[in-house]
Amino acid sequence: MNGLTRWQRPDLSAWRLFGLRDELDRLFEHPLSELARGTSNFLNAWNPAIDVFEDTDNVIVKAELPGMKKEDIEVSMHEGVLSISGERKNESEHKDAHTFRSERFIGAFQRSVTLPSAVKDDAVQAQYKDGILTVTLPKAEEAKRKQIEIQAN
Amino acid sequence: MSTVATETQKETTAPQNGTPRREHYVSPEVNIYEIKDGYVLEAELPGVNKEGLEIEVEDNTLTIVGRRVPSEVKGQALYRESTVADYRRVFELDPAIDAAKIEAKLNQGVLTLTLSKSEAVKPRKVVVND
Repeated sequence: MNGLTRWQRPDLSAWRLFGLRDELDRLFEHPLSELARGTSNFLNAWNPAIDVFEDTDNVIVKAELPGMKKEDIEVSMHEGVLSISGERKNESEHKDAHTFRSERFIGAFQRSVTLPSAVKDDAVQAQYKDGILTVTLPKAEEAKRKQIEIQAN
Repeated sequence: MSTVATETQKETTAPQNGTPRREHYVSPEVNIYEIKDGYVLEAELPGVNKEGLEIEVEDNTLTIVGRRVPSEVKGQALYRESTVADYRRVFELDPAIDAAKIEAKLNQGVLTLTLSKSEAVKPRKVVVND
């Protein structure tokens, strides 16, 4: 059930800025499973982590997007695919100051998730708190599990 | 201000039964800038709110620990990319920084620390008495 992820060309300018040793150190700080799945920020430009959960009534999608303004995040649905995109602009008042370390990503991201079941498009809700975007999608009635009564004869 | 090696695993002894408990941490990404009279540090800690944040300064070492809010999602996970681990990162501070004057702000998972250099370090003109 993997969604489509945008392939990013590795940002090689980062190698020049920090040096190879630094980047290798950072490699070991991140869970290696993330690197294997291509979801880590290590080589790509920004690729925020996405979780998908399901309970009886809802499909819930969470994305880790720290430090954004909710106006800069766009959530849209089309034919069973949820897309989350946005741009983090470098509006920090310190961007002109002398920078020692710059690990946080700036720029645009885009992730799409194919939903596991049909949902009610107009009842979708999204909340952005503590840097995590939570999208709650209520399942369409026909997608919910139905209990089948067993007749005893 | 330089960053010292970041530790991703730390052994702690649980007080109750004395057996060592290894806690797994993930290192948050940071931006560090130098500004007039000090530094600004921005750390990304998604899923951490004020209650879960611990900032400690001891001698010249600054330790930031962010404990994630436990997920309230009750459903079954179909696909997970995020880590469950908490965040921890240790920094070695420039000795010129005044530990009592550190300001912290947490906004949407981003911690911004403003570290000011102590007064004594700033260049001062000395007036010559006649």
